Amino acid sequence: MSEQVVLERNDLNGLFTVLQGQGYTVIGPTLQDGAIVYDELTSDKDLPEGWTDEQDGGIYRLKKRSDKALFGYVVGPYTWKRFLDPPEKRLWQAKREGNDFRIIPENEPPPKYAFLGVRSCEIHALAIQDRVFLEGDYRNTSYEKRREAALIIGVQCVQAGGTCFCVSVNTGPRAESGFDLALTEILEEDRHYFVVETGTDQGAKIIDGLKVQPAKETEVAEADNRISHAAKNMGRKLNTEGVRDLLVQNHDHARWDEVANRCLSCANCTMVCPTCFCSTVEDVTDITGEHAERWQKQDSCFTMDFSYLHGGSVRASTRSQYRQWLTHKLATWIDQFDESGCTGCGRCITWCPVAIDLTEEVEAIRKSSSLESVVQSDKER
Amino acid sequence: MTKIDKPKLAVWKFASCDGCQLSLLDCEDELLSVAEEIEIAHFPEATRQVLKGPYDLSLVEGSITTPQDAKRIQEVRRVSKTLITIGACATAGGIQALRNFQDVKEFVSIVYANPAYIDTLNQSTPIAEHVAVDFELRGCPINKTQLLEVISAFLAKRKPNTPAHSTCIECKRRGTVCVMVAGGTPCLGPITHAGCGAICPSYQRGCYGCFGPMENPNTSSMSEGWKKSGASDDEIKRVFRTFNAWADSFREESEKHDK
Ligand code: SF4
Ligand code: SF4
Ligand code: SF4
Ligand code: SF4
Repeated sequence: MSEQVVLERNDLNGLFTVLQGQGYTVIGPTLQDGAIVYDELTSDKDLPEGWTDEQDGGIYRLKKRSDKALFGYVVGPYTWKRFLDPPEKRLWQAKREGNDFRIIPENEPPPKYAFLGVRSCEIHALAIQDRVFLEGDYRNTSYEKRREAALIIGVQCVQAGGTCFCVSVNTGPRAESGFDLALTEILEEDRHYFVVETGTDQGAKIIDGLKVQPAKETEVAEADNRISHAAKNMGRKLNTEGVRDLLVQNHDHARWDEVANRCLSCANCTMVCPTCFCSTVEDVTDITGEHAERWQKQDSCFTMDFSYLHGGSVRASTRSQYRQWLTHKLATWIDQFDESGCTGCGRCITWCPVAIDLTEEVEAIRKSSSLESVVQSDKER
Repeated sequence: MTKIDKPKLAVWKFASCDGCQLSLLDCEDELLSVAEEIEIAHFPEATRQVLKGPYDLSLVEGSITTPQDAKRIQEVRRVSKTLITIGACATAGGIQALRNFQDVKEFVSIVYANPAYIDTLNQSTPIAEHVAVDFELRGCPINKTQLLEVISAFLAKRKPNTPAHSTCIECKRRGTVCVMVAGGTPCLGPITHAGCGAICPSYQRGCYGCFGPMENPNTSSMSEGWKKSGASDDEIKRVFRTFNAWADSFREESEKHDK
């Protein structure tokens, strides 16, 4: 990695100019309907200056900060996957031609996105989705094109959210790689600047167009300091030791019934999770039957259709649906992809309407693992 | 498809506000194609022409609230090859099913000058309680895109895409910020059948449950949550007693809070 540089706050808008000059659509954090979401930005004025988010199970609130930080929040309800694999997309169309039909493929050129403000846990999520969509026999070609074209500008976390636990799963708060550029925002009494790390040549080319100075040792140390501060202030923690076996061996644990009493099967946890990749396809015809389309839509293991096989749903109860989600994320994902499916971003905790918290669920199962649950289910029999 | 043997469509009205069948008229652009593929044989709201049955597809709007209608629906079923109910009245009894929780005779004596002229049943009930129904399309009112989907699916002899999962899935696909988590606004989305496209949350309001209960609604956990944030039993009861008050899970939950 090349030398770190410093970009003053007042020169940040140069970044937008350079990116736009290179044909990028800048996507980044902005205020919308009471939350900080990712959307198209035209300049640094669209950034959520002076705002932060307070998060806990089932609760998200915007709060005014006492300073003018631009990246002084954590993560919101939506993730970059929305832009790389849109929740609803047409895969192809078909037209009837006599007794035959013709397929019309989707040929739109991929959008060229510059993602600004990608957190370390999110960079890990991108890597996980790359693995899911790009490795193996069937590639998600539309994701592939968008991903290849995308520029990743990370932001190092200097504060942790109430539901964050990246430290427990080794995905943050410092992004070590996987970015083109990474900024650490520093606010001092009378100065506001960014320490910028370069991860790729593409990133270096962007730096060339910016008004920067080589970073002083003290500035780099200050950035490190702030990132360590975030590491010490995680809102949640998850003990991952042996978690795969713990979950796989406790399929009949009484805790699944208990959580099923609270869980709404609403699917919010899977919809906000940056690594969940499930989708369904819907074939639609129009009234005339001359025209058909196939759509891919983001789906979730919390629906009945998800596990519908001939004759019925395999996972019809909330209990089995919740168990599928948690077990897939933290256990069978490892069997499938050699790593965990959880990046510790905390979204599933914050955005669950009834505040179900996976770290708590795992702990509860751990505390009263196998033996007790066997006794419990024996009693039920 | 040969246009000579176009399937015959009939639209029937029972106790309802007409909003759902108007959704069909509201399909202006598509209505011509509908008329090209289907013979509109009985649709008093749109045309006076009435063709004799039997009908290939009957769309039934409204609930059963009178002895006459209870008889008439049997007749409709007899002349219909496929019978699809449309809207909360037909699928759950509608807002008029609020009478089911009270004594109808009392209402009648208060509201009408000559109660003797009123011949009504004690309950407003969904069509499926009276005859076999082939498919139920939810909503108050139904979504016109879904209605076209159901008719197109009928013509293509395929299953319509009208998923029964939560409204939250539509809300999240659409990119709305959750009003319950980010604003503390009560929202029925998690236990409500999808179909509207999560319109209300996109205007920063909670979902009212127009499409009725989703496939596995955990109504008691919802109520529990609202209770914790200070809602009274009466408020919770009222939330469940709207257009789909008589749908099993909503009814049972409202009864738990009826003290
Ligand atoms: S499981 Fe929860 S904490 Fe883990 S990556 Fe998904 S949303 Fe984030
Ligand atoms: S947790 Fe559920 S929705 Fe997410 S990837 Fe696994 S099966 Fe799919
Ligand atoms: S865990 Fe929470 S967010 Fe997930 S389905 Fe259950 S209630 Fe919904
Ligand atoms: S606003 Fe309502 S429908 Fe949307 S995600 Fe939140 S609870 Fe679900």
